[in-house]
Amino acid sequence: MAITSREELNACADQFRKELASKKKRVLVCAGTGCLANGSAKVLQEFERLSVDAVGVTKSGCHGFCEAGPLVRIEPDHILYVHVKPEDVEEIVEKTLKLGEPVERLLYHHPVTGKAYLGEGDIPFYKSQTRVALANCGAIDPDDIREYIALGGYKALARAVVDLTPEEIIEEILESGLRGRGGGGFPTGRKWMFAQTAEGSEKYIVCNGDEGDPGAFMDRSVMEGDPHRVIEGLAIAARAIGASHGYVYVRAEYPLAVARLQNAVKQARELGLLGEGIFGTEFAFDVTIKEGAGAFVCGEETALLASIEGKRGMPRPRPPFPAHEGLYGKPTVINNVETLATVPPIMLHGPSWFRSIGGETSPGTKTFAITGQVANTGLIEVPMGATLREVVFDIGGGVRTGRAFKAAQIGGPSGGCLPAELLDTPLEYDALAKVGAMVGSGGLVIMDEGTCMVEVARFFMKFTQHESCGKCVPCREGTKRMLEILEKIVAGRATMEDLDNLEEIAWVVKESSLCGLGKTAPNPVLTTLRYFRDEYVAHIVDKECPAGVCVAFKHYSIDPELCKGCGKCKRSCPAGAISGEVKNPHVIDVDKCIKCGACAGNCPFGAISLR
Amino acid sequence: MTAVEAAQRRFERVNEIIEKHGRSQSSLVPILQDVQAEYRYLPEEILTYVATAMGLSVATVYGVATFYAQFSLEPKGKYVVRVCDGTACHVRQSMPVYEAVRSKLELADGKFTTPDLMFTVETVSCLGACGLAPVMTINDEVHGKMTPEAACIIIDTLLEREGQI
Repeated sequence: MAITSREELNACADQFRKELASKKKRVLVCAGTGCLANGSAKVLQEFERLSVDAVGVTKSGCHGFCEAGPLVRIEPDHILYVHVKPEDVEEIVEKTLKLGEPVERLLYHHPVTGKAYLGEGDIPFYKSQTRVALANCGAIDPDDIREYIALGGYKALARAVVDLTPEEIIEEILESGLRGRGGGGFPTGRKWMFAQTAEGSEKYIVCNGDEGDPGAFMDRSVMEGDPHRVIEGLAIAARAIGASHGYVYVRAEYPLAVARLQNAVKQARELGLLGEGIFGTEFAFDVTIKEGAGAFVCGEETALLASIEGKRGMPRPRPPFPAHEGLYGKPTVINNVETLATVPPIMLHGPSWFRSIGGETSPGTKTFAITGQVANTGLIEVPMGATLREVVFDIGGGVRTGRAFKAAQIGGPSGGCLPAELLDTPLEYDALAKVGAMVGSGGLVIMDEGTCMVEVARFFMKFTQHESCGKCVPCREGTKRMLEILEKIVAGRATMEDLDNLEEIAWVVKESSLCGLGKTAPNPVLTTLRYFRDEYVAHIVDKECPAGVCVAFKHYSIDPELCKGCGKCKRSCPAGAISGEVKNPHVIDVDKCIKCGACAGNCPFGAISLR
Repeated sequence: MTAVEAAQRRFERVNEIIEKHGRSQSSLVPILQDVQAEYRYLPEEILTYVATAMGLSVATVYGVATFYAQFSLEPKGKYVVRVCDGTACHVRQSMPVYEAVRSKLELADGKFTTPDLMFTVETVSCLGACGLAPVMTINDEVHGKMTPEAACIIIDTLLEREGQI
């Protein structure tokens, strides 16, 4: 079967909707990477085995609430069950599917108030969210194009191909104010316009799914949970700029996303939504899924193109920008996954609808992956300009450890650490840039009082130093020297002069690196220096780690209450730092101790600890 | 089977992989990925062979093979254990999990693969399963909310399966 006109698409949508409606109830078992790891595949099997007629059982993409997985959604009752195990399925079938009653114990209970919530509309985690890019994630089977079409899928493409000229499409995207969701926030419409007006008959459109920021997984969830949306956005962009071939470049670490996208492309081809003569017009477009091979720098657009061409994924100076000279030297647009997933709803509901959400200079919504020491980890989508406080406390449920909130790390290794005083910062491009951070891909890692900010800066610098491709000197040498200084600080060997050097090198790397990796690599250092300088000083001058994390400032000690005086520790100590009489509590001489930990490992009574 | 025949059979599989993807340079990464899937690493003589077959210089192929973290020029274990040390996992104590697995498998400093080629233990920057931090994967299987104890139990199960306990 092939869809050759808009009328046929509408007819198919009606038919698929009827098929879905013929089931009295639907069971959607989350099959995102998170829930699969929690055992949702067995839950799905159990539903398939026990379920009754007139109930549709399918897997779905990520619901976002990974903390509470495996998640099971029952429609049309709007019930969400959390932490579902295979042995719970029988009760759900008997009570909910047959009698329409909820199973109270499997509902989400508020961790503090103990109150039970029935479905996504009620749970605080979902209540403050506005879902645009994630609208279908968790609501449809990502491996079934019919469900996507039933919910209005590919209608936006039909409009773009049949009703609009490329210029009109670009005009609408410009009007919507959509900015790139991958980090920089460059206006998407302008990028398209550059490529559309560039000379050349052959052009390319590339979807950047190389989501390498540690702590970010929104692109993965969209590719896994709603792959057709990405393909549709890509096709609309192709129509706008005049490309006939597109690529989706996906990280090697995301095998499930690769499989789902490949399946989506296959299904779209079978229905004639990709290939020659789409919707009976001249428009031809096809997509290749490219798997990355594990290099963070390939998220940078020129490096990504080099990687697609089969070369070492190293960036090159711009200009020329890819919009003029991109893949194989041809005009190319590179858009992030979330950006492309936002395009179809804009084409359907119009630019003014999009502008009605979010802020003046950053319209629309943004997804964030909220993780770390927060009560509700998961994937969320909020209007641009929501404050950090709303996201951390209203949606995230606050710090899970009971300790105080210390910092939010936003934007991964390119972003910054924001302290509690900045909790009211609106999450949008310009406000975040002002405080030294960036939206980046939207990773949001929450840290509590037990986190050492110097150690966090060292952690990120180790990452960027390792991922620096080595092409330009400031990034290659600068990140290495910065890492060395940070290592000195956490080891208690640094001086205040080192701190000055660190700051100076950070600015040089930021100002003079070739690509985005180097230009943003110093941000974690610069923001922690700006907001947590006293912690650096404490490490250097007072020789202590205020958070009690850095091993260099900790000492092994023996609890005299627990020590039985067996002497095992004394015999195992290679530095001769332990003394004491048999059957009497022993003591460690901190000056002689080399902190090897041999004593603690050998103590049969657990009397030795590092604090 | 003589040594020559063995070598021929080895390259026969490589030929199939090259035929499948074609000989343009843009196929190099997928070809190396398939070769690695077949041999669990990229043997040097195969890199040379791929270069010749594709009309590329050995330096080009070697350059690509050493650029990407996914490729290994040394044999990897049957089970590749990857402990995520992304930010979310890091602040939820992933390093103790990594250290526990390493000491469980008695890996010496600077070694990542056990001498019997059964296990390779690595860290990875982010697996995108941050909601379940800390995360560990064994081949393609994801294990979430790890503790040092839980990780060791999983390794024990594998050792048992391999008849090593």
